[in-house]
Amino acid sequence: MPSVAAGGEAIKPLLEVNRLAVDFHVHGTRVPAIRDLSFRLMPGETLALVGESGSGKTVSSQAIMGILPKAAQISAGEILFTPEGGKTVDIAQLDPDSDEMFHIRGNRISLIFQEPMVSLSPMHSIGNQIREAMLLHRDVDRREATRATIEMLRLVGFPNPGEAINAYPFELSGGLRQRAMIAMALICHPSLLIADEPTTALDVTVQAQILQLIKSLQKELGMAVLLITHDLGVVANMADSVVVMYHGEVTERGSATALFRAPQHPYLKALFSAVPHFDMQAGERLRPIREISHDFEHFSRLRAPWTEEQKAAGPHLRIRGLSKRFTQRDGSWFGTRPQAANPAVENVDLDIACGECFGLVGESGCGKTTLSKMLMRAVTPDNGTITYNDHGRMVDLLGLNPEQLRAFRPKMQVVFQDPYSALNPRMTVLNILCEPLAIHGLGSQAEQQERAKELMALVGLDPRFLNRYPHSFSGGQRQRISIARALALEPELVIFDEPVSALDVSVQAQILNLLKDLQKELGLTYLFISHNLAVVDYVAERIGVMCRGELVEVGQREQIFRNPRHPYTRALLAAVPYPDLDRPLDFALLEEGRHNEPSRWEPPFRRHPDQPSEFMEIEPRHLVRITPQGDPLRSLTS
Amino acid sequence: MGPYILRRLLIMIPTLVVISFIIFVIIQLPPGDYLETYIAELESQGEWVDPQQIRMLREQYGLDEPFLQQYWTWATGMLHGDFGYSFEYGLPVTEVVGDRVFLTTLISICTILFTWMVAFPIGMYSATHQYSWGDYGLTLIGFLGLATPNFLLALVMLYFANVTFGTSIGGLMDPQYLEADWSWAKFKSVLEHLWIPVVVIGTSGTAAMIRRLRANLLDELHKPYVVTARAKGVPPFKLLCKYPLRVALNFFIADIGNMLPSIISGAEIVAVVLSLPTTGPILIAALQSQDMYLAGSFLMFLAILTVVGVLVSDIALALLDPRIRLQGGASR
Repeated sequence: MPSVAAGGEAIKPLLEVNRLAVDFHVHGTRVPAIRDLSFRLMPGETLALVGESGSGKTVSSQAIMGILPKAAQISAGEILFTPEGGKTVDIAQLDPDSDEMFHIRGNRISLIFQEPMVSLSPMHSIGNQIREAMLLHRDVDRREATRATIEMLRLVGFPNPGEAINAYPFELSGGLRQRAMIAMALICHPSLLIADEPTTALDVTVQAQILQLIKSLQKELGMAVLLITHDLGVVANMADSVVVMYHGEVTERGSATALFRAPQHPYLKALFSAVPHFDMQAGERLRPIREISHDFEHFSRLRAPWTEEQKAAGPHLRIRGLSKRFTQRDGSWFGTRPQAANPAVENVDLDIACGECFGLVGESGCGKTTLSKMLMRAVTPDNGTITYNDHGRMVDLLGLNPEQLRAFRPKMQVVFQDPYSALNPRMTVLNILCEPLAIHGLGSQAEQQERAKELMALVGLDPRFLNRYPHSFSGGQRQRISIARALALEPELVIFDEPVSALDVSVQAQILNLLKDLQKELGLTYLFISHNLAVVDYVAERIGVMCRGELVEVGQREQIFRNPRHPYTRALLAAVPYPDLDRPLDFALLEEGRHNEPSRWEPPFRRHPDQPSEFMEIEPRHLVRITPQGDPLRSLTS
Repeated sequence: MGPYILRRLLIMIPTLVVISFIIFVIIQLPPGDYLETYIAELESQGEWVDPQQIRMLREQYGLDEPFLQQYWTWATGMLHGDFGYSFEYGLPVTEVVGDRVFLTTLISICTILFTWMVAFPIGMYSATHQYSWGDYGLTLIGFLGLATPNFLLALVMLYFANVTFGTSIGGLMDPQYLEADWSWAKFKSVLEHLWIPVVVIGTSGTAAMIRRLRANLLDELHKPYVVTARAKGVPPFKLLCKYPLRVALNFFIADIGNMLPSIISGAEIVAVVLSLPTTGPILIAALQSQDMYLAGSFLMFLAILTVVGVLVSDIALALLDPRIRLQGGASR
């Protein structure tokens, strides 16, 4: 039934996909990627395509753009595209190399991707790449195109568009890169923008800014948006209607209101309960779409529980005054000369108690990872001490000589973000799991293999998979292998550096539950680093918020989430999109970069470089960094 | 950029000094000197040599002087264009080498151009049509080129060039031009002969380059930035040249520094087979007879080519790739 405009004449949908099917031809067999996909998108509207990786979301967008990989083919259905004032074309019937298709691509329909770093050519300035789209589709000369590019850069929020035009992608931050991508997609004023996970790789605060930008540009240019995402929080904030995909098929479709108020299909319901959110009750568990079971008996028997006396000796990890500055190299006449140093980590004091999970939160570049590397002694700090409680004996980590350090290594292990690059693709899982044991000369080969089997069971993987290579596992399974490898040496403290950021929501719930269980069963201490506050809220007992290398707020989980005091913490919390239509993002709170600019925080938090600051305890065990000046205490304790 | 190039130029000076010293040491390493080899040769032919005359020659050439003194004379001589004296030819080195350096450089540059002109289109075709019949066919030819010994190819080509085009066998020009001054006719004759060594020397390099370009391009073709450009509506050929090829180029630019000397030294045997008036055969002969100044000057010539080649490729890389130009690394 066509919609009817005010004048009474029928408006055609901008994009109408009817019973679309796409197959991949792999080794002579046909693998369906999409079956029977239908939806319609009206001009100016936003439609969200929701699903896990492998559900066919991206293939749908490629089919609409006519840029399917060679192995893929549209086997049935039609993609009807009706630009404003134009006639309807069926993209499914068009030759992808035809002039007509080139006219649509990048002009009528354009695309932005997830990873703004790799989606822009590193060899060309962003001005060159943006202008190219204009020169291809509009009959303009270079000067005019350059002027339009500068105008577009201003529109997407570049502070200094005249200079930015000559910048290269690697000189820009992730958020600015994504803005450049958006400028490139929108310079020809397309009637449809396909945004494929546009904010997944970005910090929450930047994500909120980009979402707001897309929304305001959509209104200004009157275009429709096809939003592809797995984040229901983003969907709730952006979409008018939603299509949920699972294994290439539509499981549910409808207006955003209908779907959020009353999800029907079990898959969508499961998706909702797999996402951690701030309203969870204490002790409430996430329900992953596919539950895994694991066997920890053997490992928990190995562990000697800590006595009270050992715990009384001190916190598991005590960090005092830890600082690190990275120096920029500057090519000069002979050799290099150190340049002005930027503090990566500045004067961090932190205690992590035995058996607790400490969550460290902050945007990218705030020094979280540098801090973890210093704890692992992969980076040498400039100042400060790290003391480790080794069953009642306090060890000065920075004072260990190489021999002692080697003997110490098994006690502290790390799990990284990207399960794809953290495992050597040329080693079998058996080799990967035995390697730490072999390095430390633990046990005979037979014992090591036995241990590898137990480790697989510990993370809920079938020990029969030991002879496989990492590429035959999914992202979640690989992350479990990484966890098993970290646990091979029976560490007592494990550092997790963004362990679930690269995973789908459903898999994320699996891993988070596994981590929580292992901590309890094996009595481990965790340092859990993440930029996702909801995830930290789910796993951590105590939380530290980092900004520009400094801890700005530390407290119990409830204290941070129910009573955030520092403006930076508040901004981070405000930027998290809720999968709830009644709690839209408050974009005003996140005005351009104000949240992470210490000189623009409201007093008493306002800081200027080199100004002294101190922690103030505003309630028991809840510390906030302030600048002592005037009489700030009254405003805080009120 | 300016200070960078200046710095690199300054660093070249000590590099070349060290290289010249090592070259001199290596040339002097075999026992004896040119005169001893010469005497031995004469005696084997039953001739008698006057010891008085030998002593005189020794003195004249400074062969009795201490090693460092000899090196100093040679090295400082080179600075004002005096490369020493070739015993074998009885002429100053510059006169022996003369035209040969020019012809060697000509052949080398032509070979590099030939390699690129053939390898780039084929590599680009192979990469964009992976696993097609065209790709397989070109790959087969490429492997044949890699596997065929250069000298064999040289003989075959000489034969066919002579039979089909009537080109005279061997050399880089028809015999009547050998002693003649440069003229249009001589130049034409050189061009007529030039393509055989260029094809022969370039073949294996071309085949290797096709394989590397194909592999490099295949890595780049599916990167997201290429998909972005496709989604922007860039036509296929422009897309290929502007984005993935540009990134894949880095490798070849970085290779220029190695290519110059390897073409020159790799071409020596071919040069003997084709009896080309290039530097290769002379170098081999000079090394055999311990004609030390001649050999040393040749090796210096190769070293300078390498150092200049590396500099050229580094500057070209910095011009081409903004990441190299603009990114400073952080130190630990």
